[in-house]
Amino acid sequence: MADVYLDNNATTMVDPEIVAEMLPFFTEQYGNPSSMHSFGNKVGHALKKARKQIQDLLGVEHDSEIIFTSCGTESNSTALLSAIKAQPDRKEIITTSVEHPAILNVCEYLEKDGYKVHYMEVDSKGNLDLEIYKSLLSDKVAIVSVMWANNETGTIFPVEEMAELANAAGVMFHTDAVQAVGKIPINLKDTRIDFLSLSGHKLHAPKGVGVLYLRRGTRFRPLLRGGHQERGRRAGTENVTSIIGLGKACELALAHIEYENTVVKAMRDRLEEGILEIVPSAFVTGNPDKRLPNTANIAFEYIEGEGILLLLNKEGIAASSGSACTSGSLDPSHVMKAMGIPYTAAHGTIRFSFSRYNTMEEVEKVIAAVPPIMEKLRKLSPYWANGAPVEDPEKAFAPTYA
Amino acid sequence: MWDYSETVKEHFFNPKNAGAVTEANATGEVGSISCGDALRLTLKVDPENETILDAGFQTFGCGSAIASSSALTEIIKGKTLDDALKVTNQDIADYLEGLPPEKMHCSVMGREALQAAIADYRGEEWKDDHEEGALICKCFAIDAVMIEDTIRANNLRTVEDVTNYTKAGGGCASCHEGIEEILTMVLEENGEKFNPSEAPAEPAVAASGSMTSLQRIKRIEMVLESLRPQLKADGGDVELVEVIGNTIYVNMIGACSGCQLAAATLGGIQQRLIEDLGEFIKVIPATQMPATISAGG
Repeated sequence: MADVYLDNNATTMVDPEIVAEMLPFFTEQYGNPSSMHSFGNKVGHALKKARKQIQDLLGVEHDSEIIFTSCGTESNSTALLSAIKAQPDRKEIITTSVEHPAILNVCEYLEKDGYKVHYMEVDSKGNLDLEIYKSLLSDKVAIVSVMWANNETGTIFPVEEMAELANAAGVMFHTDAVQAVGKIPINLKDTRIDFLSLSGHKLHAPKGVGVLYLRRGTRFRPLLRGGHQERGRRAGTENVTSIIGLGKACELALAHIEYENTVVKAMRDRLEEGILEIVPSAFVTGNPDKRLPNTANIAFEYIEGEGILLLLNKEGIAASSGSACTSGSLDPSHVMKAMGIPYTAAHGTIRFSFSRYNTMEEVEKVIAAVPPIMEKLRKLSPYWANGAPVEDPEKAFAPTYA
Repeated sequence: MWDYSETVKEHFFNPKNAGAVTEANATGEVGSISCGDALRLTLKVDPENETILDAGFQTFGCGSAIASSSALTEIIKGKTLDDALKVTNQDIADYLEGLPPEKMHCSVMGREALQAAIADYRGEEWKDDHEEGALICKCFAIDAVMIEDTIRANNLRTVEDVTNYTKAGGGCASCHEGIEEILTMVLEENGEKFNPSEAPAEPAVAASGSMTSLQRIKRIEMVLESLRPQLKADGGDVELVEVIGNTIYVNMIGACSGCQLAAATLGGIQQRLIEDLGEFIKVIPATQMPATISAGG
């Protein structure tokens, strides 16, 4: 089993304090919050409390602006599909080329129905060009969907500014904030954001619960219709225990937001510095000046990520990679491709993502473990000889493209 | 995380014959950096009898690419070039005790590197003939390019046609949307539209086309008979109930019925029957036989 868990952008441990909060609602207070009898009488209050805890973390003005869903993906689909359903004459969508598949695959699917999707490009550091963005906004656009922070590099987009611009142009704005929530301060009531997606399991709540923030007054069409839950905007019996867990998780995240941006950030910075000091032909991807405090994404040139992960795992270290092989697809991460990272580096990108449960001791353990792994794999690489890249690597090894 | 066999892990953690062979007189370089897998194979061949004296690899690729490279070098050392050319990618996969379907291309790359190196030794030009597309059918490891080409070559029009010709979509069926998309795209090239309710063409490749129904059923019985000892060893058995078109209904008996591995066993039986009959067939438990044709109603 991995003893150093640095894959917190994938998912997180459920905090034991959160589990304790949830437990009574499995076996004691298991009633349906919609029922009249006493088996559920505390449940309604617990949901109300959870809603308040989420409101506080996100800086939400009204509790009715919080809609519980099953996950970030559902929140994303609900926002996009609501916007096009509510505005049938608007046939364009603006998004970015580096979104999560939970946005990109919905957009691709809508393209088949005749929608025009604008995928904004990013520069080599993963930044957007706001001039291009402004030129795309028009009364033909149903919704803009831009992630708050990128899951692979942690790079932060200026969503607050982009939401203002969208609002001024009369266009709805959605942000997939599953990576940002709990890691950086968010205050939705001071923004013009219409929709925001949140996923519980990214901030130490259980898997299978999410939130869609819906600004009061934003026109909305539910994805799931049925019962009156969530004021008829998301039918289906509430995932009560997980919602209670999510509430507690938000309370803890708010209490630790300073810690996240000081102590956690310091661990991340030390890891990068420690690795780059020793390992040659390696660099940080994304925008180091504007990113989440917990994410480090390092490209190790001339080797492939899956091998790195297998060897890290053998040392008890869990991380993730943007290589094609780890996903079963043929291409390396679309995020690395969008930033123009060469293939010889893109396949060797490793993401280390921290949480407040990591320690500086663990960081030092990883710094010690990484260099021999890179050395071992580079010895097998056709691009590497005698402890350095071969001269003119692209020419020295030019395989027949099979 | 991939479900790698112990042998794959062993060859990844402790690869054999890593690095370039000194005094190599044959080199093969294959793969694609964009896909993240590429391999250089170097051989030292005895000019007297064309025996491979030494083999070494340098690989840019994932765990299974490195393991496949290592396995390849172990398999071919000591073989003559002609014997080495008989090594298939399946041999490499078998040597490693199997590879996940998404990783079978790693073994293909190994075989191609070998062909390229031998061509290099013989002064021939090696051209790869395989183009790889996105993996569509995970049950049978069939990619998009293979499906596209087969549709074009045989004027296929339905998902069932594609399954009959390539096996793709014949397992769990989750890839049928993907196959429909490819059909839509290829048919559009000729200005045609994909029609999901169209009846499939008669399978043209079926080797059993020359058999009478009785011969075909006897053949099926024969294959089942050959599998019985294995099943009986586990305290089970299989019984042929009905054959309708390309669907074969069977009863799993004894320990096999209700066994957790029943689905896997059926899959194995199906695979053997496909190979033996040379056509695509489905093996389904008789309990799932449509009521109108099941004997008891």
